[in-house]
Amino acid sequence: MRFVDEFRDADKARALAAKIAALCEPGRTYQFMEVCGGHTHTIYKHGLEDYLPEAITLVHGPGCPVCVIPMGRVDDAMHLAANPDVIMTSFGDMMRVPGSRGSFLDAKAEGTDIRMVYSPLDSLKIARQNPDKQVVFMAIGFETTAPSTAMTMLRARSAGLANFSVFCNHVTIIPAIKAILDSPDLRLDGFIGPGHVSTVIGCRPYEFIARDYRRPVVVAGFEPLDILQSIYLLMLQLSAGRCAVENQYSRVVPWDGNVVALRAIGQTMELRPYFEWRGLGVISHSALRVRDAFAAMDAERLFSVPGVRVADPKACQCGEVLKGVLKPWECKVFGTACTPETPIGTCMVSPEGACAAYYNYGRMNRNRVPEATVPAGRP
Amino acid sequence: MCLGIPGEVIEIHPDQPDLAKVDVSGVKRLVNIGLLSDDPPKPGEWVLIHVGFALSKIDEAEAAAALSFLEGIGQAYEDEIAALRSSVID
Repeated sequence: MRFVDEFRDADKARALAAKIAALCEPGRTYQFMEVCGGHTHTIYKHGLEDYLPEAITLVHGPGCPVCVIPMGRVDDAMHLAANPDVIMTSFGDMMRVPGSRGSFLDAKAEGTDIRMVYSPLDSLKIARQNPDKQVVFMAIGFETTAPSTAMTMLRARSAGLANFSVFCNHVTIIPAIKAILDSPDLRLDGFIGPGHVSTVIGCRPYEFIARDYRRPVVVAGFEPLDILQSIYLLMLQLSAGRCAVENQYSRVVPWDGNVVALRAIGQTMELRPYFEWRGLGVISHSALRVRDAFAAMDAERLFSVPGVRVADPKACQCGEVLKGVLKPWECKVFGTACTPETPIGTCMVSPEGACAAYYNYGRMNRNRVPEATVPAGRP
Repeated sequence: MCLGIPGEVIEIHPDQPDLAKVDVSGVKRLVNIGLLSDDPPKPGEWVLIHVGFALSKIDEAEAAAALSFLEGIGQAYEDEIAALRSSVID
């Protein structure tokens, strides 16, 4: 794969490591949050922390779609699925997420009609094949997947499909970042911005972070060199006393996002007054619900859901991990009671979850490359 | 789910211009290209696919990098390809 080399060149990585180290002010420490779970995965997979000086810490953010779904919503979905008139459809990632009475997979094993789909569009076919059933799609994800749910709803409407609906759990990334910035637990110096979410929303929504919170943001690609380059750009900004939004992933992310996608979301969904996030608690205007104009496709209006808030298992510390306050391995059950095979918390379920990424690739001992040492004797 | 899978556009659906047949690691499936209606991809171009929808156009180098990233993820990627294989969008 000759193409890939340009994103993975070890010499280039070491050169970047040296440039990053050279920008560290003696005695200062830096904490950068990578918001997106895909970035967390790359960081652990390629051991990128070995290319960073001791002064720089990467903090893992809440950008893992299944990780932030609270137990109560899983229970609500199970309640919907238990209705004999309902066929529930869901992405594979969601199947193992534990609710208070087990996961979709457990319910399916007990005979509940829950089907795994690759795309929300697959639910339309199931709806056509089962005209006497209501097909409810368990919609989850950030702005990366919300457009596909929106487009599927528009398609269902134009096809006149009456037995398709959505249990809407889409969340929006900006209020979560704001909640983290407002949290007193954590001091961050900058953000590695999410790549795919930004394909949809563009870079402008992050401007408040630079303007109001005086923190730099660099939207980053998913390759090892993308992330090192983005950390270098963050360090350049900080050393120059600048705070701006920059786009390192401009080969994929347009500055203004995807206008068609945003329009489709706006046509079918609107902001909820509030939504509960696992670990982050209730955040106002942080999630989407189905618009009145599409009420006939809103599973929450077609059926009642209990809507009970359910506390996470006591042993599970996903909340602290999602906020970046705790490292995965600092959780009491990490790697013992909670593993990818038998997850207790959501962060261990998805490959984008910080715990799963660390469990699969993490090392306790860092083996820092020589270039990532802050040069001694600098003024 | 949040992972973008790169695919090469083979042909646009003759009757439904918002659908295109793409080749993802040898698996040929229809995906929706309606989100790229401002600048629709042509056969031979690469797109990044999220849950059955092409969300952005990419070049071949980016496609190779994205594919390699996914292959590195292992099981989750195999699950995603298996899911794509079972997907019937029409």
